Amino acid sequence: MKKKILAAILMAAMVLSAVGCGGGASEEAAAPEAGNAETAETGDTASNDNYIAMVSLGFGHQFWQAVKQGAEEAAAEAGYRITFEGPETETMVDKQVDMLKTALQNNPKAVCMAAIDTESVATILQEAKAEGIPVVGFDAGVGEEESDSKCSTDNLAAGAMAAEHAAELLGEKGKVAVIGHSQTTIDAVQRVDGFIEKIGEYPDIEIVDVQYGEGDQLKSAEIAKSMMTANPDIDLIYTSNEGACVGAYNGLKEGNLIGEVLLIGFDSSAALKQAIRDGEIAGAITQDPIGMGRKTIEIAIKLINGEEVESYYDTGCRWYDATNMDDEDIAPLLYD
Amino acid sequence: MKSILKSREASHKLIIVCAFILIFGFFSVMNPSYASYSNIMTILLATCVNGILALGVSFPVITGGIDISVGTVMTFSCVMSGTAFTVWGWNIWIAILFGFFVGALCGAINGFAITKMYLPPFIATMAMQMITKGLSLVVSGIKPVYFSECSFYQKIATGEFLGIPGFYNAIIILIVVAVICYILFSHTLLGRYTLAIGSNQEATRLSGINVDKWKIIIYALSGLLAGVAGLVMSSRLNSAQPSLGTGYETEAIAAAVIGGNSLSGGEGSIVGTIIGALIISSLTNGLRIMAVPTELQSAIVGLVLALAVFLDQAKKMKAGR
Repeated sequence: MKKKILAAILMAAMVLSAVGCGGGASEEAAAPEAGNAETAETGDTASNDNYIAMVSLGFGHQFWQAVKQGAEEAAAEAGYRITFEGPETETMVDKQVDMLKTALQNNPKAVCMAAIDTESVATILQEAKAEGIPVVGFDAGVGEEESDSKCSTDNLAAGAMAAEHAAELLGEKGKVAVIGHSQTTIDAVQRVDGFIEKIGEYPDIEIVDVQYGEGDQLKSAEIAKSMMTANPDIDLIYTSNEGACVGAYNGLKEGNLIGEVLLIGFDSSAALKQAIRDGEIAGAITQDPIGMGRKTIEIAIKLINGEEVESYYDTGCRWYDATNMDDEDIAPLLYD
Repeated sequence: MKSILKSREASHKLIIVCAFILIFGFFSVMNPSYASYSNIMTILLATCVNGILALGVSFPVITGGIDISVGTVMTFSCVMSGTAFTVWGWNIWIAILFGFFVGALCGAINGFAITKMYLPPFIATMAMQMITKGLSLVVSGIKPVYFSECSFYQKIATGEFLGIPGFYNAIIILIVVAVICYILFSHTLLGRYTLAIGSNQEATRLSGINVDKWKIIIYALSGLLAGVAGLVMSSRLNSAQPSLGTGYETEAIAAAVIGGNSLSGGEGSIVGTIIGALIISSLTNGLRIMAVPTELQSAIVGLVLALAVFLDQAKKMKAGR
């Protein structure tokens, strides 16, 4: 009997602790990573002097982990401590607002933000700015009025770059379909808009279908297959992030369609790189997430020190395929 | 009484079979390639993950409970089997069985929390959802776990069964799981007690049945099937994606409900669940083929869900009168 009670208490403790921190599951997950051994002990207010808060659009994705890596490196070099958190899905606007509010209560020296929804964080960021806390937008979502500076990939230009390479692969003639990953985040929308706009300049290329799979690999796989069923003569599929691209790749593979249709993508991962190396994915656009994280923190520190900064920094993007992915200037931009 | 129940069940089954045929017929007319062999196989393949999850979740639902942890338990079990294979260097088959075991264990803990700690099923499984979501990220280091070292892993789900072109192994896995669930539900004590607990838990207890034990088994079964779904999903993607999983439980419960499993318990059908899952995947596939905007697709699936339950309720009201 005693054993049973003990077991029940242990279970209760486990479950309660999980429920208790349920609201911040991702913060929980972030804690062991973000708070390295040296920074973990400096959590009290007294040593908050060199603290920068980063609130990101997402967390679990490889891209965000790379941004975090760059930011941590830059912060460590300058003797700063950062926190990096983001909601587990890139649609949880309310959760992100809470994260930002909590971060500001810890009196950061600067706040860096990639917003899911521009409007929902505008007031909070303006208040922070009014209190003299520098605001640096990174990646997407933060408007010009709310931020002192911004570091991001020019996603319209990135989409257009993908379109130019698509046109080259197609010989400026053919049918194209698009699998996007979000209809609500600005960067995702711009990647699709930039692509479609540029494709419009090629009269013999037609866009036959545009669908969205939330960056979920399984969904994107199903979408790619149903697109090919509806329009078997599609020549090329453009995908707007890693999940969409690898998902579509798996879908085409299941349908034995690799080679019948060209696939181009966005971002980087171990699976994506391997498929490009094997020639099964024609190529992809990579941003520079490590550089973006680094630049964001560097700008934040400059602002803290009262130095002048530009209002916008394009952290760049590059096309990579089997021929150039090992080049000196491309390889560092690719991550697993 | 029994015959009324039987006939009501039969009539609901008739309704959803008709709905399925209607959906299938509609899309086939709109686009002939919808009814092509390869697209039918695509629809069946797309049913696999959700179908297996829905079969698992049907059992707790029929007891009058719920299991909202199936999506993330699915992710967690394939992350664990992937870790066992890639990091700990286990034999792939043992690693796969370990994944099933992890799923069943999560389910059993759900059952334990519900019966011995008196947590409502919704809360207990919500806690498990959060726990497994977090642990998947922690264990994997927030990176996909790739099975590329195992040359045939992707073939487990996407290979062709007996070399029949386009006929994926995953479909056989789904059929086998469905048949096992059907036998468990219709021809064993487990099924009889599942229904009995859902109809009247106290009466079941008073008639000398160890309700707690059976509930733990039922939730463990749900977890085990989430583990099997994890195998199918990770095999299709050749990797365990630690951030996937949330939202899959909603679709699984929707399939179970469309299939005529009452959320208040005591009623249910395994065949219904499978048809429910087929309705969702054939509908989603058809809407995609017709290039219906993504935002509308979800709304339409929701409408079908409401309609299916409404028709069932309307029948019940009539029968009650």
